[in-house]
Amino acid sequence: MGKMARIIGILMTVLAAFGFYPQSSADEFTAEDLKRWEQQFMVVVKQGEKLFHSGDLGKNRVSCDQCHPNAANTHPETYPKFQKQLGKVVKQQEMINWCIQNPLEGNPLALDDPELTAIEAYINHERRGVPMAPGKH
Amino acid sequence: MMRLNRRDFLKSTGVTILGSALPFGLVKVAFGANNPGQKFTFGYISDAHIQHLGGPKFVRNWDRGLIRAVQEANLLSPRPDFFFFGGDLAQLGTKEEIDHGLEIMSKLQGKVNYVMGEHDYYFDLGKYWESKLGPHYYSFDHKGVHFVVLNSILTHDEWTFKKWPTPMDRMLAMARLDNPEGSPFLVGKKQREWLKRDLAKVNKDVPVIVCSHSPLQKIYKGWNFWTDDAEQVLALLKPFKKVTVIYGHVHQVQYNQIGNISLHAVMATAWPWPYPKTYSQVKSYLPVLTVPMNRADPFFERDATGWQFIDWKTGHADMHYQLPNNKDRGVAYNRKTGRPEDTRYQDPKKRIPSQKHF
Repeated sequence: MGKMARIIGILMTVLAAFGFYPQSSADEFTAEDLKRWEQQFMVVVKQGEKLFHSGDLGKNRVSCDQCHPNAANTHPETYPKFQKQLGKVVKQQEMINWCIQNPLEGNPLALDDPELTAIEAYINHERRGVPMAPGKH
Repeated sequence: MMRLNRRDFLKSTGVTILGSALPFGLVKVAFGANNPGQKFTFGYISDAHIQHLGGPKFVRNWDRGLIRAVQEANLLSPRPDFFFFGGDLAQLGTKEEIDHGLEIMSKLQGKVNYVMGEHDYYFDLGKYWESKLGPHYYSFDHKGVHFVVLNSILTHDEWTFKKWPTPMDRMLAMARLDNPEGSPFLVGKKQREWLKRDLAKVNKDVPVIVCSHSPLQKIYKGWNFWTDDAEQVLALLKPFKKVTVIYGHVHQVQYNQIGNISLHAVMATAWPWPYPKTYSQVKSYLPVLTVPMNRADPFFERDATGWQFIDWKTGHADMHYQLPNNKDRGVAYNRKTGRPEDTRYQDPKKRIPSQKHF
């Protein structure tokens, strides 16, 4: 008994130190939690909608919605896909940055920039419910 | 650019064509005696959206689109009788944008008839445009055809006069196509009454061509691909034997036949709009007849933009779309089916993958 019990005891101590409690580990969230998270998401979607319709994202006052009303014709469900003009498989964020650099004549955003996250959230939200179709052209 | 392959289509419509492999300017078309009106062509350029950035700067991309259309249209031979500009010369309706747009248009060889677009109108309610170009709506006769130009982008007074703190706020609100705070376009009662009086003077056998900025049909309200009193306007046109409506605003190929009325959209020189059905959250009503334009390649900035010339050689308005990076599209009236059809792609079996929008 002695040795095994000691090992289990040490293991439990280590797990506890990292926040794992075997008896209460299930993440039981409530309807209120869901509502709050949805609200948090929608705040970012709204920020994205504002950026998408703003002349400030690039340098020539052109905004994303001038070509993509309601983010239509962006096809977020198809990324990553082979972007024939770039000759490789790219993700949606790279195409958003391509648009910021070219039609909008601006500087690309870092891939973890909250503004890029917001734009992506808006685009995907406007496309909600459409089945994933990675690679589709 | 002017090379057309219309032989098969024209044969099927009972029209004889000579020298079909020649450039369009050399093609002679013979047609039956009961075609009203005389042969002529006219050019149509639309939706330039010239956008001012302050000082002498304008958005390069939109400038280039209009400059290219003007240069290409100047190569048309034989010369068209005149041109139309289908509206949205400016992006935000300012004097600078209208002046700059008109300066580019001044290089176009030939008379131009202008149509009012919402981007020309909602800053100063068309005052500067009017000072340069004349009345917002008018009519004229040309070689046996009665032309009517409507200002179809009006809306309810409440929205125009009471909702916005400044004229530029109003302009920016209308300039955003997907604005939930927008308002549906209207020809309005005053203009419909004028149209009724204008048409009363015209024999019902005379072909009528109506040019408006917004579609005189209802496709998708959320983007104002829509005119709220379209049915009332079309009702005034119904007694005429042959009516064609040509509209801008939608930046894409669209066509339809409603009774005696053929409807055609024209391309933008600035940028293409998506087809409304690609906005997956709503329903839209693109005419089933329409074979869509190719999906745009964003890496070629002129793709899915263009301009068109229209010939009245068969006694119908046949559209020739000039598209920089694609094969040119032709949409011509088919007498057998009594509706406009694409001269190459109308048969579903002949369509190509890039015409699929999703």
